[in-house]
Amino acid sequence: MEKYRIDQHKGLEFGIYTLGDHLSNPGTGERISAEQRIHEIIEYAKLAEQAGIDFFSVGESHQEYFATQAHAVVLSAIAQATETIKLGSSSTIISTSDPVRVYENFATIDLISKGRAEIIAGRASRVGLFELLGYNLRDYEELFEEKFDLLVKINEEEVVNWNGEFRAPLNNAQVLPRPQNGSIPIWRAVGGSPASAMKAGYAGVGMFMAHLGGPATVFKRTVDAYRDAARSRGFDPAELPVATAGFFYAAETSQQALKELYPHINEGMKKTNGQGFPKQHFAQGVDPHNIMNIGSPQQIIEKILYQHELFGHQRYIAQIDFGGMPFNKLRKNIEIIGTEILPAIKKYTAKD
Amino acid sequence: MKLVALSGSIIGSKTRTAMDYCLKAVTEKYPEMQVTLLDLADYNVQFSDGRNYLEYEGDTKYVAKRIMEADAVIIGTPIFQASIPATLKNIFDLLPEKAFRDKVVSILVTAGSSKHYLIAEQQLKPILSYMKAQLVQTYVFIEEKDFYRKEITNDDILFRIHRLVEDTVVLAETYINIRESKEAEYGF
Repeated sequence: MEKYRIDQHKGLEFGIYTLGDHLSNPGTGERISAEQRIHEIIEYAKLAEQAGIDFFSVGESHQEYFATQAHAVVLSAIAQATETIKLGSSSTIISTSDPVRVYENFATIDLISKGRAEIIAGRASRVGLFELLGYNLRDYEELFEEKFDLLVKINEEEVVNWNGEFRAPLNNAQVLPRPQNGSIPIWRAVGGSPASAMKAGYAGVGMFMAHLGGPATVFKRTVDAYRDAARSRGFDPAELPVATAGFFYAAETSQQALKELYPHINEGMKKTNGQGFPKQHFAQGVDPHNIMNIGSPQQIIEKILYQHELFGHQRYIAQIDFGGMPFNKLRKNIEIIGTEILPAIKKYTAKD
Repeated sequence: MKLVALSGSIIGSKTRTAMDYCLKAVTEKYPEMQVTLLDLADYNVQFSDGRNYLEYEGDTKYVAKRIMEADAVIIGTPIFQASIPATLKNIFDLLPEKAFRDKVVSILVTAGSSKHYLIAEQQLKPILSYMKAQLVQTYVFIEEKDFYRKEITNDDILFRIHRLVEDTVVLAETYINIRESKEAEYGF
């Protein structure tokens, strides 16, 4: 896990991620400016660091209701504003970017942050960026596979020789600057289906698995498929980290948590996905075996420990800010994580 | 309540004629209903390429959005080559997997032969069920001989259309009520 800068002796890593969505708060019907949203994301990262959270990441979506299209720029501002928290993308859509430029950006963020940057590369669940950036949606898979391979190659080799279909060849090319320690952690973002997870396994890279809701055991199959695929290609799963990512919300009681969170998720998904989140499914979110980490602090601790027992994952990252969640609620959640959830999680998952 | 009448072919007149009868029955009986007729012959809908329906443009987005916003959908379809037309299947392909969740869907079929009677049962209903529709089980099946110059001449068909409309609206209202009271119970 050294390559991924993960020390398992310290226990399960806890992170925060944002898609950088820019939606109105259903409670007030009002939407803050993009300027304020970006500043709040930077502030959110600072609070996370102060609470002892290990990781913070920002995603890119190139369409209406999002504000962090230039997620690397936002991350570099966070790099400057923080000192210890690890920083990543959630995710970087490598398919519609030039891997050389992406690497230059993240190597630079790694230098600004003094060795804290990571890339999580994904294929995009919202595909508006294909048209905006001039790519053909038909090449969805091939664009990702080719560019992701190149990204990994740039990370591993100081002098790159490469040619492919979607980019000019590289002949003895040096991609500079190099990150602080020569390379940075690169993960593959996976949408939760085993087929997608297997691709991360075959490539022998860490897996970032996003999940909406449902029983945690369903996602166990995805984790197993990933590790089996890695093993089949000669990689050692013990060296490959797994991160899980999903909705999180803590309040005094689970009922309170559902009440405060539901309108944000339901209205936000209506706008960004075109369909809300069924209340019946959401109500099941507080079940101890449901993968959504919603409930009282104690319930969430038990859920995360159960998930850790199931997946043996190295990092969990929480999405709290979706759908115009007001900043005071984010602050409150970070406080609960820092004072109650994190100490318990670390205590039970640390290996000495 | 929002109702969409979807006429699923871009060619021919019988399905559209029957849908006009449906629409007339809806507006007469339920004047407060927000009704939209989507006759695919009036729109230039592209083939589905798998993107989210919100990311299409123009007519494609318009048609998909109207259907997604509806509480009830009456689908009218002819039978082509012993199945539903490709234009109608394309609509299903444009929509999310669970597009008909919390919607009531009913069916009206026009066909050249009575031998096509079970096609809606065996080919259309499974698609709608997969997409989570609450189905009005009884559908109206209309044969060529029931039409004369863009009019329906068989009273039995007219009665059936009225019952289809009534069943669609009653079921849609019922499901809305059930859902609302169930959701209120959750207390969040």
